[in-house]
Order: sequence, then C-alpha cells, then structure tokens
Amino acid sequence: MSRKSLIGLLPVAAVLLIPLLTQSPYLLHMFILSLLWIVLGQSWNLLGGYTGQISYGHAAFFGVGAYTTGIMVKSGQSPSTAWWGLLLGGLAAAVVAAFIGWVCFRLRGSYFSLSVLALSEVLRLVAVNWNRLTNGAEGILFIPAFTQKTYYYYIVFALAAVNLGVIRWVMRSKPGYYFLAIREDQDCAESLGIDTTKYKLLSLLISAFFTGAAGAFYMNYMGFIDPGIVFSIPDISIMMILVTMLGGAATKWGPAVGAILFILVSEIFRVWVGSGHLLFFGVLIIAIIIYFPNGIVGTLTDRWARKRRLQGAEAAA
Amino acid sequence: MTALLELKDVTKRFGGLQAVGHMTFSLNKGEILGLIGPNGAGKTTIFNLINGFYPPTGGTIFFKGKKIDGLKPHTVCRLGLARTFQVVKPLARLSVLDNVMVSAFSRTNHREEARKTALEATTFTEMDAWRDVPAGSLPLGMRKRLEMARALATKPEVLLLDENFAGLNPTEVEKTNAIVKKIHETGITILIIEHNMRVIMAISHRLICINYGEKIAEGTPQEVANNPQVVEAYLGAAHA
Repeated sequence: MSRKSLIGLLPVAAVLLIPLLTQSPYLLHMFILSLLWIVLGQSWNLLGGYTGQISYGHAAFFGVGAYTTGIMVKSGQSPSTAWWGLLLGGLAAAVVAAFIGWVCFRLRGSYFSLSVLALSEVLRLVAVNWNRLTNGAEGILFIPAFTQKTYYYYIVFALAAVNLGVIRWVMRSKPGYYFLAIREDQDCAESLGIDTTKYKLLSLLISAFFTGAAGAFYMNYMGFIDPGIVFSIPDISIMMILVTMLGGAATKWGPAVGAILFILVSEIFRVWVGSGHLLFFGVLIIAIIIYFPNGIVGTLTDRWARKRRLQGAEAAA
Repeated sequence: MTALLELKDVTKRFGGLQAVGHMTFSLNKGEILGLIGPNGAGKTTIFNLINGFYPPTGGTIFFKGKKIDGLKPHTVCRLGLARTFQVVKPLARLSVLDNVMVSAFSRTNHREEARKTALEATTFTEMDAWRDVPAGSLPLGMRKRLEMARALATKPEVLLLDENFAGLNPTEVEKTNAIVKKIHETGITILIIEHNMRVIMAISHRLICINYGEKIAEGTPQEVANNPQVVEAYLGAAHA
C-alpha cells in the first residue's frame, strides 16, 4: 500500500475510535447523523456530481428504503432487522430507480430531474393513503433493536465506508470514466462507444441503492418514520443537493465535508437561534455559493492547483 | 476492391426540408474518399446518418455488409467506425489523456490497457506534451487533434474526419496532413469532409461533390474539379 493511501486511512481510523473516546449519547447522535449525511451526499454526488444527472427527488429512494424496513418490522419481523434491512431497503430503492431510469434516461435534459421529483411526491402520497401497508400519516413506530448508540455508530460507519469504497472503485474504473464523459458531453460520449442510457442507469442504481440503505438505517435508528419525514423534498431531496454543493460536487471529499458542516451548523443554529435556524442555514449557503462557487473542497483544490501551476511557471521561467 | 461502407439511396428529411437526397456511394477498403460541397450542402448530415445520430428517412447504410442504419452511435462505434466532430467536442474538465482513455475503454475493460492505448494515440497525434492539460483549455489546433486521437483510440477500421483542417494555420495544416497520411498508412480507411481544397485535392484518392443534399459529381480529384456542375455550385453559373 502506498504512503498516500496510508495517510488517507488516518482520518478513517480516527473516526473509528470516536465511540471509545465518548459515550455521550448527544455527541454520538451528532456523529451518526453526520455519517448518515455523508452517505446521502456521496450517493447524490455520484449521480449529480460525476454523472451530471441532477435529481431533485432522491427522497423517493430514501423513503422507499425507510419504509421497506418499517413495513418489515410492522408485519412482524423482529426489530433487529438493522443488518439485512439495510440491504433490502437498498435493493427496493434500486428497483424503483430502475423503473424511473429506464423510462427517463432515453431522454436527456430535465426530464429525469423533474420526473424523479414527481416520483417522490407520488410515493409520499401513496405512503399517506395506503393505510393498511404504511399506517398512513400516523407513520410507523417501533422500539429500536439496540439501546446503545455505539452499535448504530458502527453500522452507519460501515455503510459510509462501503459507500465511499464502492464509489472510489467505480470512479477509477471504466464506468467512472464513462460517467464523467456523459456529464461533459452526451453526443460525444455516444460517438466514443458509450451506451449513455445504460451507464446513466448504472450510476442511478448505485446512487439509489445507497440512498435506500441510508433510509433503512434511518428507520432502524430513529424507530419512527412518517411520509412527511422520509419523503420530504426540502429536508431530504434538497438537503442532499445542498450538502454536496456545500462541500463540492464531483470531488472526492466534498460531500463528507458538506455533511459534517451541515450537521454542525444546523445544530449550532438550532441551539442558539431556536426555531429560526433554517433561515441562518440559508444565509450560510448563499455566502458559500458566493465565496466558494465550486463548494469548499472544489474551490480550495482549484486555488491550490492554480497556485502550483503559477509556481511551476515561475520556476520554469 | 471491396466496399467497406455503402450508402444506398439514403435520404434524410427534417420536416419539409430535404437535407440529404438519394445519396448513393461506397467507400472502398484502404482508400481516402473526400466529401466536398458548399456550406449547408449536407456533408455533416451524411456523417450523422452514417454514425447513427440520425436515422435516415429512407435508404440503407451498410458497414462491412451489415446494415447499420437505425443503430445507436455507440454500437456503430464498436463495430469499428469512428468519427471526429467539426464543432469540436472536448470533454472539457477531463485531461487530454483521460479524454482519450474514455474512448479507449470501448475496446477494453481494464484501466491499464486503456491507458496504454491512450498513450499510444496521443503520441501518434503528437500530443505528448498536452496530456495533462484539461481539454477545455486547449487551443483550437490541439482540440482538432484531440478529436483524431480519441477516434483512433477506439481502434476503428473506418474513420470519418469532419473538417479537421478548418481554422488551422499553415504549419498546423501541414502537421495534420502528415498525421492523416500516417493514419491511412496504418490501414485505416478514411472518409473526409474538407473545405481546404489544396489539402483535399492532394490527399484524396477519389472525391464526391454534393450540393443541396444531392451528389453532383464523383471521380478523381481532377475530374471533379473540372466538372462544370461543381464549378457552378461553388462559383455560380457565370464561371461554369
């Protein structure tokens, strides 16, 4: 293993040790939420940042994942479904994604973006009205399997790590190159031998799978969902976009930085300002868009690269 | 001589406008066939028909004896027919090498192999020094060359070149000329659209001239250049 990848493992190791350093449920809760949002940001980033297919409705996949576990427990499975519930939630979300992608990805432009937004609303209404299956607007409530937050911490940590690993691996291999080509120019991608419909669908499937798994984790962890929470456009769909944009779309660590900042800032504002906290969060986002147009990670790496080029040019001169 | 690519009575209409009408010609293995005609004659439309961007309104296109009209561009590319774009399409935020690697992936699933092909293609087109530059910041001459490098990395049997000389300075024209000849020497059959008459008269074995979407002349460069209809299309009836 190269030295660079060893250094890359250091923060991972540090994150792994956190539950040994603190048992505070509040702090662990913050860390768990951060990791959950890292998964959501990274998943949106694969499709929106790298493949250039903007989704305004990823709550559809989050909600389907959450309801899959919720309905499993409601219909008599034991609440310790956390483990394979994650997998099943992801798969259910991928099935929904396969349908919408298969319909929309032959077209280009905003068809997908808008259809997936509509899809998430349709699913929310289904969840509200299909009482027998979903308990409707009342939502689904169960006692979570573990009382210790440490377990959840490691589960979501594993999910985030697998998510990051899969995306890194994909982006370094053929599909990753194809995703970028599709983002840059679809006509060109087609003429270079890329089945653009198929690869857009592949990107969506991976993205939806992890979003669904994150939704299933959310259900397991919180023990309560209702349609308004998990199919929420502002709180899930739009936040996934903002988290990615905040940190830097199409960057390796951008979504992680965005997710941590998002949790940190909304918590600080919530404690200090109370109910008006979303307003301040909005102001922060406007400031970031002005001063870091490519997100924090994206803008900083651009600046460093330019500086290095200038230094290189000076050294050559 | 065997025809690698054959167009039979190919027609393309956009609503009421006929862009290409009853086009019939064949591209023989190993030749360089030039396609000329005034602006808007339908040359690029023919490329878009061959490469699969447009389905023809009528007629059939054969590649190696197989019917390819109606196939998607990515399938046509995999069959061994690559093209360049007149309006260059660099994958702007990717480096030159990554651009070429993307197209090299059409023949392999392995990153290292794609990289090797891309290195060869960029060396072949003499772009070694530009490999790490983002394609979006290349000067025009290099963008045109990137188009060729990318097309080559798909390992085509037939290459469609769409105005790769346009907008180049005389030195670059010479360089591109040499590269096209070098490509031909590797055994690739070439169909080329070009407005630079000096270049296309010298490089093509045969020429086809089209106007208003119809073929008006076909033959050796000399024959076509002396054809009164061709002169009329370019210079008007008074000169014919």
